[in-house]
Amino acid sequence: MTWIGDNLGLIWEQLREHLYLAIVPVILGLIISVPLGYVATRYSWLANPLIAFGGVLYSLPSIALFIVIPAVLGTKVLSTVNIIVALTIYTVSLLIRNVIDGLRSVPPDVRQSAIAVGYGALHRVVAVDLPIAVPVIFTGLRVVTVANISMVSVGAVIGIGGLGELFTLGFQKDFLTPVVVGVVLSLALALVADLILVTLQRILTPWARVATPVGEVA
Amino acid sequence: MWEYLTDSFNWSGNEGIWARIVEHLWYTFAALGLSVVIALPIGLRIGHTRRGAFLAINLGNAARALPSLGLLMIAVLLTDQIGFLPVLIALVALGIPPILASTYAGLSGVDAATIDAARGMGMTGREILTKVEIPIGLPLIISGIRSATLQIVSTATIAALVSLGGLGRYVVDGLKLRDFPQMFTGALLVALLAIALDALFALIGRIAVSPGLKIS
Repeated sequence: MTWIGDNLGLIWEQLREHLYLAIVPVILGLIISVPLGYVATRYSWLANPLIAFGGVLYSLPSIALFIVIPAVLGTKVLSTVNIIVALTIYTVSLLIRNVIDGLRSVPPDVRQSAIAVGYGALHRVVAVDLPIAVPVIFTGLRVVTVANISMVSVGAVIGIGGLGELFTLGFQKDFLTPVVVGVVLSLALALVADLILVTLQRILTPWARVATPVGEVA
Repeated sequence: MWEYLTDSFNWSGNEGIWARIVEHLWYTFAALGLSVVIALPIGLRIGHTRRGAFLAINLGNAARALPSLGLLMIAVLLTDQIGFLPVLIALVALGIPPILASTYAGLSGVDAATIDAARGMGMTGREILTKVEIPIGLPLIISGIRSATLQIVSTATIAALVSLGGLGRYVVDGLKLRDFPQMFTGALLVALLAIALDALFALIGRIAVSPGLKIS
């Protein structure tokens, strides 16, 4: 326990790095997958190959990606960019399926009504299609956020891993406390991130809460 | 990297690439086998009786958040030894949740009317399980084993950190020596192994799943 007190600074720093390394890829991945998914629903022959390719990418071991990326990008092996690029690849490869499924879940008559009342293409996507796709997209977003948070620590093997560095530290010193602190904080981070996403989804889809009219049995 | 991969000296012998692949597969299948032996019966029981569903669902979700590296380190420090046992413990802990969760999901997805019909035909509980629920739930059960395999095969790389062999050796040793081609080789081989195993399970799924389920 004294170790925790003595190393609060270190723990805090690793926690911040961990959060940064896990969340930036989620945001980047979302920014990439939404337009990509939209294009795939417009040109539907693209959708299945994209989803399949995403499946293959997602099956690549994270440690492999962390190492292969610097060779491809020419970045240094110990650069945080590698982790961020690798996790962004995971995010896109998983999220693309949800974005496509989500956009496909928009009922055709809703889409046609939007066009009929004068929505332009871009306006319709932003104001009608995407909000309807939110629940499906968020399902993927939650999975990938939690997975990213746990995957960041693998980076510790190559020297950058947020809380994962507490694992290697504890292992080298034959000392359990830092490892347990790292695992607990990593789990807590995942839990908090998940709760935030659930809350965000509720805010973004106010109609979902009143989906069951009063007096009707769900 | 090509120089490393095409040098036949690197392929043969006790510490050659083939030996490392065999070691890696051994860790993977030992852990996978044990995970299936533990998780499958529990998942089937929960799916069949519908009791304990809460556990199956939440365990599956919570496990995604578990950092594999930390799990391995805890296993090493708690068993107070370096070697196969802590690695096996950590890998099995990763393998159980996806198998358990998807076995439950596969069984609980079986239409209640189908089970009713089976019971109406006079099937016993055991017959319903083996002749109706398992065959119908099989695609999901296999996909659970498939994701457990992927988790395990990539995490087995970390075994090298605690002095075991496997393809992770190239990554860990290469990092220490700043030998980039060696690290790259290891990473690439793990990725290829993962893709090969994934394809294997896709094939198993295609062969094992009843043709009657593929029509729709």
